[in-house]
Amino acid sequence: MRVALFLTCVNDTLYPDTGRAVVKLLTRLGVEVDFPMAQTCCGQAHYNTGYRHEAEPLARHFSDVFGEYEAIVTPSGSCGAMVRELYPRMGERARAEGRGDTLAATLAPVVPKTYELTEFLVDVLGVTDVGAYYPHKVTYHPTCHGLRSLGLGDRPLKLLQAVKGLELVELPGADECCGFGGTFAVKNADVSAAMGTDKVRNAESTGAEVLCAADNSCLMHIGGTMTRLHTEMRPVHIAEILAATEASAEVSTEEEPSA
Amino acid sequence: MSGTFVGMPAFPAFPVAAHEAVNDQTLRGNLRHATHTIRAKRAKAVAELSDWAALREAGKQIKDHTLRHLDRYLLQLEESVTAAGGIVHWAADADEANLIVTQLVKETGESEVVKVKSMATQEIGLNEALEAAGIRAYETDLAELIVQLGKDRPSHILVPAIHRNRGEIREIFAREMSEWGRPAPDGLTDTPAELAEAARLHLREKFLRAKVGVSGANFMVADTGTLVVVESEGNGRMCLTLPETLISVVGIEKIVPTWQDLEVFLQTLPRSSTAERMNPYTSTWTGTTDGDGPRAFHLVLLDNGRTDTLADEVGRQALRCIRCSACLNVCPVYERAGGHAYGSVYPGPIGAILSPQLRGTASEIDASLPYASSLCGACYEVCPVAIDIPEVLVHLRERVVEGGPVTREGNKVVLQPAKGHAAERAAMRAARWTFTHPGALRTGQRLASRTRRFHPRTLPGPGKAWSGTRDLPTVPAEPFRDWWQRTHGGKDGAK
Ligand code: SF4
Repeated sequence: MRVALFLTCVNDTLYPDTGRAVVKLLTRLGVEVDFPMAQTCCGQAHYNTGYRHEAEPLARHFSDVFGEYEAIVTPSGSCGAMVRELYPRMGERARAEGRGDTLAATLAPVVPKTYELTEFLVDVLGVTDVGAYYPHKVTYHPTCHGLRSLGLGDRPLKLLQAVKGLELVELPGADECCGFGGTFAVKNADVSAAMGTDKVRNAESTGAEVLCAADNSCLMHIGGTMTRLHTEMRPVHIAEILAATEASAEVSTEEEPSA
Repeated sequence: MSGTFVGMPAFPAFPVAAHEAVNDQTLRGNLRHATHTIRAKRAKAVAELSDWAALREAGKQIKDHTLRHLDRYLLQLEESVTAAGGIVHWAADADEANLIVTQLVKETGESEVVKVKSMATQEIGLNEALEAAGIRAYETDLAELIVQLGKDRPSHILVPAIHRNRGEIREIFAREMSEWGRPAPDGLTDTPAELAEAARLHLREKFLRAKVGVSGANFMVADTGTLVVVESEGNGRMCLTLPETLISVVGIEKIVPTWQDLEVFLQTLPRSSTAERMNPYTSTWTGTTDGDGPRAFHLVLLDNGRTDTLADEVGRQALRCIRCSACLNVCPVYERAGGHAYGSVYPGPIGAILSPQLRGTASEIDASLPYASSLCGACYEVCPVAIDIPEVLVHLRERVVEGGPVTREGNKVVLQPAKGHAAERAAMRAARWTFTHPGALRTGQRLASRTRRFHPRTLPGPGKAWSGTRDLPTVPAEPFRDWWQRTHGGKDGAK
């Protein structure tokens, strides 16, 4: 199966390790992964901040870039939800504004083919044991769009439970938002930070070394809060845990290029 | 008329108001305790019903159907209320409604009224309007009483004094009750039973004396002309039955077509609001009945921005709201910012979508409310009439930053984009340009990577909004796409 990796602009720019982990993981599972170089951004930040019309060209671009693939996999619950839940809505709104069916028709092909990573693993590939080894104590934060928009349910937990060496501990108040919320984090910085602090305190109370989530945007906020609060924990994307093996635990296989 | 009045005027923008609340440890503690307790109870009460999803869908459909044919149902309601001996008044806005009620009270010759807890009368500022006309309105719901005695503002739809703890309530009772009537008993402690008894004694003399009652209604049944109030304390039952004159002020969206439709809402409302299977008191009345209850009944039907809201395809779903307050109780933003920050009698997620529609988005507070959410979706998940609050929030954000067509006071107008978003708009445009030109994106990423050793982990100026409390991520040595090209020899499809 040949699938396209939609890495997302945030991961591409700031979290390439997550991208490398997805490639490594999917390749190990026999999936042929392509990274279409023309990909950029799904338009989520524009849309959610109220700039729907600015988001439209980005959505059309997304459809151009990914339309031909059998499946599109993304390691981000919120960008996955953008395509699956909000692209159809953008099409509807354009229609309601008297602009016809063009946008809806352009975006329609990518909607059902877009999967968040854990969905793709569990639903499409039908695996929960991906052969990973990660000897750490981990707690899992279900990010809001993964939880409520995509309905990821216990897929991420099942995947984590099958990881060798991993001790999974429950996060109190897991389904409460971490307070990131895109531009909310800066527009309502006080409330956002208070939510982030509560999330980190809850995570700390588990005694885990690692807080895992399926979205680096939320992890950026949580991780930034952790270092500021001098917490011992680390934020780690689920792809990086699932990609880890006994071999990679001994030597880091990822070359760090010279800057 | 000078715009729709919802609560009190001139509130600061949400983030400014929230700043104080977030740092008020007592308030944070009160709210955290109260919302988490009710949150868990609601979840349990809802889980008991195997057909919850069907009830939620039915509630949504009944409301949507009614709103679509609201013109017809309103006339039907007027007819049935009149046939049952009631008198119907139509109020286009708050001023009209206040004038009607004030006039009606004056005609009775009375100078005081007892009130059943009602959002609509708070929305129009009825108590203040009556006060200005020399009429004293006594709130009889326990929490409303606490708010009124404390010269405070409500901070929750259902539990208006949620921001107060027992100690604070005892203080208020001991200090203020004598101003308004029977004083608090000597040596009052902060045990719930003593506080409730003090309120009961204080209120009882008012119930027995009052000749005029003022209420809202949870539902109005179009085909029978019946009004319904659901409550927990019995104060409503007293106000609805003891006075000689009853005046009910009700938003036009509170209609259901038939008596049978109540079946759905009388199951979903109590479970969603107080986590009870059924609320202790459900009062229904149809016009007037000789020898039983009030001899005169007036229904004031209130628009106050509702028809304008109904004109908006996305925003109109807010009118399905049955004011259960489940969305407030699960909202992580409400929990930390408190109800007052929303600058309206409608706080929390529903307030954030209702106030900017009823009042328009011109004021600072109303333009900021659609942003008072992380879009986590917890509100939508619990809403018993399935209002997609995040969808409406984003829609209203669009109205703020892009402007566009809206209906105000019955007229179609085109809004200009709000001021103060110019820099953001420019940034969004620039980002859109970059993202539709992958080559430019790549250049930017490389630049960021090459200069990464010089990046601070905190930012000055506006960037402080992020880095005041969070470190910035470190920029990696190379973006993913460069690694991919290097290792997988990907053709650079960037245009
Ligand atoms: S929006 Fe929904 S959850 Fe919130 S108060 Fe209204 S009915 Fe209840």
